[in-house]
Amino acid sequence: MATPAKELHQKIHTATPLKGAQILEEALWREGVRVMFGYPGGASMEIHQALTRADRIRVVLPRHEQGGGFAAQGYARTTGKVGVVLATSGPGATNLATPIADAKLDSIPIVAITGQVPTPVIGRDAFQETDVVGLTRTVTKHNYMVTDVNDIARIVKEAFHIAATGRPGPVLIDIPKNIQQALTVPNFDQPMDLPGYKPTKTPSPAQVRAAAQAIMESERPVLYIGGGCIHSEATEVLIKLAEKCDIPVVSTVMGLGGFPARHPLFFDMLGMHGSVYANWAVSQADLLIAAGVRFDDRVTGKVSEFAKHGRIIHIDVDASEINKNKPVQIPIVADAKLTLEAILSLVKPAKHREWAARIEEEKKKFPYRYDRKDTGILPQYVLEELNKLVEGKDTIITMGVGQHQMWAAQWLKMHKPRTFLSSSGLGSMGFGYPAALGAKLAFPDHEVVDIDGDGSFIMNIQELATAYTEKIAAKALILNNRHLGMVVQWEDRFYEAKRAQTFIGDPTNPDVDYPDFVGIAKACNLPGRHVTKKSDVKPALEEMLAAKTAYVLDVSVKYSEHVLPMIPAGKTFADTIYE
Amino acid sequence: MRHVLSILVQNKFGVLARVAGLISARGFNIDSLSVGETEDPRISRMCIVVQGDDSTIEQIIKQLRRLVETLKIMDLAEGRYVERELILLKVDAIPARRLEILQVANVFGAKIMDMTAKEIIMELAGECGKVEAFIAMMKPYGIKEMARTGTVALARGSPASQGASVRDAAPAGVNTL
Repeated sequence: MATPAKELHQKIHTATPLKGAQILEEALWREGVRVMFGYPGGASMEIHQALTRADRIRVVLPRHEQGGGFAAQGYARTTGKVGVVLATSGPGATNLATPIADAKLDSIPIVAITGQVPTPVIGRDAFQETDVVGLTRTVTKHNYMVTDVNDIARIVKEAFHIAATGRPGPVLIDIPKNIQQALTVPNFDQPMDLPGYKPTKTPSPAQVRAAAQAIMESERPVLYIGGGCIHSEATEVLIKLAEKCDIPVVSTVMGLGGFPARHPLFFDMLGMHGSVYANWAVSQADLLIAAGVRFDDRVTGKVSEFAKHGRIIHIDVDASEINKNKPVQIPIVADAKLTLEAILSLVKPAKHREWAARIEEEKKKFPYRYDRKDTGILPQYVLEELNKLVEGKDTIITMGVGQHQMWAAQWLKMHKPRTFLSSSGLGSMGFGYPAALGAKLAFPDHEVVDIDGDGSFIMNIQELATAYTEKIAAKALILNNRHLGMVVQWEDRFYEAKRAQTFIGDPTNPDVDYPDFVGIAKACNLPGRHVTKKSDVKPALEEMLAAKTAYVLDVSVKYSEHVLPMIPAGKTFADTIYE
Repeated sequence: MRHVLSILVQNKFGVLARVAGLISARGFNIDSLSVGETEDPRISRMCIVVQGDDSTIEQIIKQLRRLVETLKIMDLAEGRYVERELILLKVDAIPARRLEILQVANVFGAKIMDMTAKEIIMELAGECGKVEAFIAMMKPYGIKEMARTGTVALARGSPASQGASVRDAAPAGVNTL
């Protein structure tokens, strides 16, 4: 919170002309921004100066703009508030393209602010000039170029509103340097000018009645939940609805944590690497209640065969999701939580014990499994041990992309929403560690662990320096198999195990982990440990969790392990690979 | 099936690029796109002519509606509306053929905008079918150059009565799919 002196300081100043950059700082403060991520450059240093001189908002310096963007996402994904990242023009802005596109696909509210070359030289290929508005048009929910200093206050207000409401998403504001420097008496009470932006919230009563009716008629219902349930904070009503009508629940990666993992009605993740029992349940269901999901190809496989025995209720706040990938019988365009509450008030209690028991049977036949007797370190073993140590505690898990991500989704049992952070739609390697930094800043009292692969971790390894210098105690657990494991798995299954640039270890010493991640941590003044023996895994995990600073635990795991079960791309439940 | 979408958007920098970019990024094919200011200078009207089955058109409309600057979308395909396209056509017109060409132009109501010893430039405004027929008639004479505006369209009647003549592409939040 601001001290009274600081508020007074601002009051005096709002009566006098302010620079565009100062107006931006004030506008961000008024939007509730208390921490943000920014990497300065020629076209954005004016803003950094304004932030530093106002001395209210904490500006964390990442070591790469991409890290800053993912950190802003980590903050947004854990808090539900808008994350903010700032970069300079040209390469600063292009480095933000990946985290922005990532936020678009996973519907994460962030505001990205970029400096731009001064308006008189725009279009002349000035130093570090890029058409950022053009570049980010298709990967943002909306974007702006500010051309008048008097618009800054209003545009910031609009940007935060658009990012956080309806289906959340990234909004970019590009501000030329001369606009940052221009003086004006700001008007923070200017109304927003968004006549065409009216996100839907409440469901149509007729559709709610139809959905309730379908649920009451159903004998084999399944709830299929996703990121939309997290965004709309629907956990409580999901539990109530599932319990009242005895409905088994399955989740996408984005939805994990949205329903307590150990609840008897929860049957884990569905999709390509989902549980056999979750996919079996969906394939047998006579009613699929799809809430805040988008029938992604990694979930459905061959979409025409997906859930084809039943009717589908599709609840989504974005009308364009309805019938986009899968035609549905009962569409509801509205907020997931409000819709589920409306449905809950109409349905009568029901029991589907026999149906749930059949899914339980499948679960007994085909649980998530690995060879626990293997004397080597299997990645699943490491995660199962980690889960024993953190389950039920205030722990936030982030991850990179690949095999380790899917194993994390299988073996980490999340009980609360906003605790399982994964680049799910875009699948951006390098997401895990910077996202963990953002999460740890949002929740300093929670344990934050990035479960990463050696390939993913090295993509944003520079953020270890951020962790040390900013004193952010986010932990990294590397499941090091010296390979790009998921691609290796596909090579093994579909390309006669021919390795094509998927080995990322040391060619002269292929069995030894490379590079020395603990050495890199040490170079950043951070502790770490390298584990190669199974018996060392548990004590090392305990040491990592006990550390008061950031920590790198590099665990050497077998590379030959595959993520199973697996439904190959474009195939159906019947094509599931079990072994 | 051919649909004429009439879209009202905020008259702001970059809106055209946003609409055109969305259409290409989502892989939709359009026949024509025209844009211009309306009676309210803050608002522009775009007319997009697009071919597609019902589900394609539904996706295009929904995706366009997601744009923050979109105010209203009407699918004029099934309603009563007036549409016009303007075309400029330069044809070979050696003196021996000139009279014949002028006769055809007269039948279609095309205006002569320029005439030289070898060429005539004609202007025709009409609905798509008429424009196409005119082009077909002129082809044998040798079309040297051609410029088309793309379709512009307006629903008949007052806005209040348009419910009967226009299938207003369901506004956001109405679950009529």
